[in-house]
Amino acid sequence: MANGFFTDTTLCIGCKACEVACKQWNQLPADGYALTGMSYDNTGSLGATTWRHVAFIEVPESKKRLPMASTAPVTQPPVPSANGDNNTGPGALKFLNIDGDGGASLQIGFPDIGQWLMMSDVCKHCTNAGCLQACPTGAIIRNEFGAVYVQPDICNGCGYCVPSCPFGVVALQHDDGRAYKCTLCYDRQKDGLEPACAKACPTDSIIFGNLDDLKMRARQRVADLHSRGETDAYLYGVDENTEVGDLNAFFLLKAEPEAYGLPQAPTLPQNRVGRGYLAGLAMAAVLSVFSAISLRRSQH
Amino acid sequence: MAECHPVAYRFVMEAKERGAKIIHVDPRFTRTSATANIYAPTRTGTDIVFLGGIINYILQNELYFKEYVLSYTNASFLVNEDFKGPDQLGGLFSGYDAKDQKYDRNTWQYDVQELQQNTRFAQGSIGRNRSDEAEGHSQQEQSGTRVGPPLRDESLQDPQSVFQILKKHFSRYTPEMVEDVCGTPKELFMEIARTVAENSGRDKTTAFCYAVGFTQHSTGVQMIRTAAILQLLLGNIGRPGGGILALRGHATIQGSTDVPTLYNLLPGYLQIPSENTDDYDLVKYIEHNWTATGWWHNMPKYIVSLLKAWYGPHARPENDYCFHYLPKINGDFSYNQMFYKMMEGRIKGMFIMGENIGVGGINARFQMEALQKLDWCVVRDLYEVEAGEFWKYEGRDPKTIGTETFLMPAAIVAEKDGSFTNTQRMLQWHDKAVDPPGDARSETWFMYHLGRRLQELYRDSTLDRDKPIQHLQWELPIKEEHLQEPDLAAVTLEISGYRVADRKPVAGFAELKEDGSTACGCWIYSGMIAPDGSNRAANRQADPIGVGYGDPEFTNHSQWGYAWPANRRILYNRASADPEGKPWSERKKLVWWQPEDQDGHPSGGEQAAGEQAGDNTTPDHNGKWVGNDVPDFPLNKSPFTPDDPQGMGMAAHSGSAPFIMMADGVGQLYVPNGLADGPLPSHYEPLESPTHNPVYRQQNNPVEITNNRKGNSLNPPFDPAFPYVVTTYRLTEHHTSGAMSRWVPWLSELQPEQFAEISPELAAEVGLENGDWATMTNVRGEVELRVLVTTRMTPLLIAGQKVHQIGLPYHFGFKGIVTGDTPNNLIAMTEEPNVRIHEAKSFTAGLRKGRRTIAPPPTDPTSSDNMVQNRGGEAGQLNHEVKLGVVDVTKHENTPVDGGMTYTAREASGQGQARSD
Repeated sequence: MANGFFTDTTLCIGCKACEVACKQWNQLPADGYALTGMSYDNTGSLGATTWRHVAFIEVPESKKRLPMASTAPVTQPPVPSANGDNNTGPGALKFLNIDGDGGASLQIGFPDIGQWLMMSDVCKHCTNAGCLQACPTGAIIRNEFGAVYVQPDICNGCGYCVPSCPFGVVALQHDDGRAYKCTLCYDRQKDGLEPACAKACPTDSIIFGNLDDLKMRARQRVADLHSRGETDAYLYGVDENTEVGDLNAFFLLKAEPEAYGLPQAPTLPQNRVGRGYLAGLAMAAVLSVFSAISLRRSQH
Repeated sequence: MAECHPVAYRFVMEAKERGAKIIHVDPRFTRTSATANIYAPTRTGTDIVFLGGIINYILQNELYFKEYVLSYTNASFLVNEDFKGPDQLGGLFSGYDAKDQKYDRNTWQYDVQELQQNTRFAQGSIGRNRSDEAEGHSQQEQSGTRVGPPLRDESLQDPQSVFQILKKHFSRYTPEMVEDVCGTPKELFMEIARTVAENSGRDKTTAFCYAVGFTQHSTGVQMIRTAAILQLLLGNIGRPGGGILALRGHATIQGSTDVPTLYNLLPGYLQIPSENTDDYDLVKYIEHNWTATGWWHNMPKYIVSLLKAWYGPHARPENDYCFHYLPKINGDFSYNQMFYKMMEGRIKGMFIMGENIGVGGINARFQMEALQKLDWCVVRDLYEVEAGEFWKYEGRDPKTIGTETFLMPAAIVAEKDGSFTNTQRMLQWHDKAVDPPGDARSETWFMYHLGRRLQELYRDSTLDRDKPIQHLQWELPIKEEHLQEPDLAAVTLEISGYRVADRKPVAGFAELKEDGSTACGCWIYSGMIAPDGSNRAANRQADPIGVGYGDPEFTNHSQWGYAWPANRRILYNRASADPEGKPWSERKKLVWWQPEDQDGHPSGGEQAAGEQAGDNTTPDHNGKWVGNDVPDFPLNKSPFTPDDPQGMGMAAHSGSAPFIMMADGVGQLYVPNGLADGPLPSHYEPLESPTHNPVYRQQNNPVEITNNRKGNSLNPPFDPAFPYVVTTYRLTEHHTSGAMSRWVPWLSELQPEQFAEISPELAAEVGLENGDWATMTNVRGEVELRVLVTTRMTPLLIAGQKVHQIGLPYHFGFKGIVTGDTPNNLIAMTEEPNVRIHEAKSFTAGLRKGRRTIAPPPTDPTSSDNMVQNRGGEAGQLNHEVKLGVVDVTKHENTPVDGGMTYTAREASGQGQARSD
């Protein structure tokens, strides 16, 4: 039985309770106290001591590739009819004002914010986990709950797993040298409890459970959103044909994966080893030929 | 709401999933806006115009809930023809006394029917005067006169009717006015007005949620009033899914208001006796605070039971139940005034428990300096917070501070038992998980042992003045020997109330008596302890999942926690049924009248005993009120019961008057009594505003108390040095003054630095880039911060002028893991005239690039300079008289202060230079 997370970003309110609950349960230290200037995100990324991370992405309306409903100038907002009815559709509430350079600025009184995306990122516990495949000591295993788990007593800190993760999740802890990442709260699952982040999430943006159930629920959720007109909703990490396979922690997103810092089509570095090896051999052969030729020329 | 109440916001998200529309109106685009269906930017402090605009839209287009408005509000009441509104008087109401800057409310009153006889306050067994006479009604010392019912015009056409006055009053709050004053684009405003109107009526309800962004203004109370008027017009009060919800700012701050910790209230919203009204004996006190009609008629029972709870066997009829032991208030002891009195050396000692004045206090620097004038100060907190370090604040030499200071370690929530009362008035019990570390103890421990030792100290005194201490009932069993923690079961029993004879819990406040046979520490909490002795606040049984309105199993989660009063989840829920007692609609039914003949078994039911009315209304129809909530109405009072124009208490109300706490039994669209600044809300600009009031000639609230004084002056009106509008707020990641979050690494890393949110336009104007250091300045001080440049902020077009707003979180101070300048140093201590709230959510400031250049203020502030006018007089003299009227731009002396601290002036002039560079 494999368990995992379904993180629905349409329900996320950016409270970061998951991040704090994770650090508290797993007794992870704070990572320093500096303002990043990146919206409300001051922890930056997942790491050896940050196993849940809430990303905040501000997407200005003027940068969204949406049809512009009106080009009313600043000083002349559209006048509603006498009874207060505004005959233009809901989309008309965004008034883009294109100036000569083609840059867009919004009408005064409308903040230029199309979306403020919030997403709680976490280890994906991939079906084909790069870290697990790369680990030479057998420290990284797939445990009985289907999670990719780093056994701290076996890990020797070689770091091979770090570049093998296409999502940049696993990292070495600088003071003890070993690799750390989300354990899917192995200890809590052992006691029949859900992981701390899912437990703390006030809006059920993070749901923990059996993967088959979660996937069914997630597909239904996407269908519901589509029927409500939110057609930009889609699942990331499920039903996709990528090298990492289905993700045990998958997401419902409303913008392109890159907006959230996720790869469009994650690939495993080790899948490139064969090709890389061949390319190396070919290059060596080519170089040998060239050097042989030049050697021969110099001898002449 | 997502920002500051993320856990409560889960229910909003759930409602959204079920089709509710979430509208968010805020100066900033926040995490709430990100999840809302409609977001509208607005200018801080203009909510009366925004909501007034919706009221106008509703009235002009006849979209109000007609039957509800006619039957359940005072719309048809006729107002004195001498009443004049701000339309006629340039922004003032009739009765304004310019000299005292107060209103005389005489012209605001209703026209009432003449009564044939004077019915007076005549309670059976209250007090000394009564006990002298075995029977009959003493006429001495009694007033509380019953006024006849107001005259009505059911057609709502009379120009003196509340409805017509309301319609006329709000007619100038047009969509154009909203756009002009709030900066909210007209079409966006109209979208919101339509959505609210369409989502109200028989089948639908709309709820309003607000927090201190609504209240911390010079017109804060009237802003809530505007929402109340709107909700009454739409029929959204007393019905499921409706209401106005005050999202309280701390865990159980609702509880601290109920029990209370306010200077002018006794537990359960009973007034504290006042020297000014000669409340020297119980009868006089009751006369002044009692209402002849409505539920407050029962007030004598609550005050006598309270005195019995406090003074036990010493409280007897012949000594007025020890009423004379209560302190009589003889002036203004509101929060700000406390610090002025401290500055003047008139307050000698202070307990600061769970409050971080050095960061959360308004004009925090002023308040910290006031603490330095105390003889003694006790600070109880989890850490050595800023408030505990006033004696070495900003480089002060502790040797120059004469205050004896004690820092007492406090237990945090998981280290003690107790209850939280939430926004919904629901008490939820929490159990202790671990012992507190070291000497840390609960508040109950501290207060109990302090009281015990005081009693010990005064035990042998024979002085009369020491009797209040000697006679106080202060014995509590000790529950945990090793900590000496008192047993809270004894405290909760006292709060909930018991019969004196056998100390058995009363079932509810309806059982409280005025003859001294019951004791109750807080009447509204009565019933929290069930008759079997169990603590209902500790109930944790939710309704089954999926069970909703209309389902027989649905109980409004009545077995989860305990909601005062009487475990009632929705107040005034009689209004959820029509005047005849039938639900307005099947979809929104909550309580209804069930006549006896309809169903064989009308009486009984487990909700009976404690919740029944304690009045002597005789039901003339048999039946009872039933439903999915505890009915907020006398259980057997038929909807067809007529009102008794001569009657007292609940008898004065008809069976279709749901607002039982109101004297007239109806919701008040118009308030003839009780408000200091007008019977209807009218927009006045914030005390510090970049524009003239576009609505009326009157610029500011005419009865606002501004308290201009040394170290607490207002920015000169329209000063170009302070052009930006600033509003403060909290971030999800921190808690208020940071006293519970800036010491926690996991929270501190999430928001590690003081910042301000500004729009790209403002950033360009000041020459700032994202992440730059900047300094915010005004006459109260300087604060350095980083800037977050974000398109979530936008400038607004106000009365043709571009106005920039700056968002300023206020969590930081000089202690803890993460530190920063304290934004509240920039805010003046002013007082809204009704509840004395300050105007923290709207003030003006300047912004310049770079870090703060001046050092913290000198430790010994000297007198005035050229910037602020020295009005002479004793430093720190009370200055209530200074209020802003119509502001003249040319008159800078409109900022009168008693001298001015050097640093204040220097900062101001420094700012001027910086801006001219």
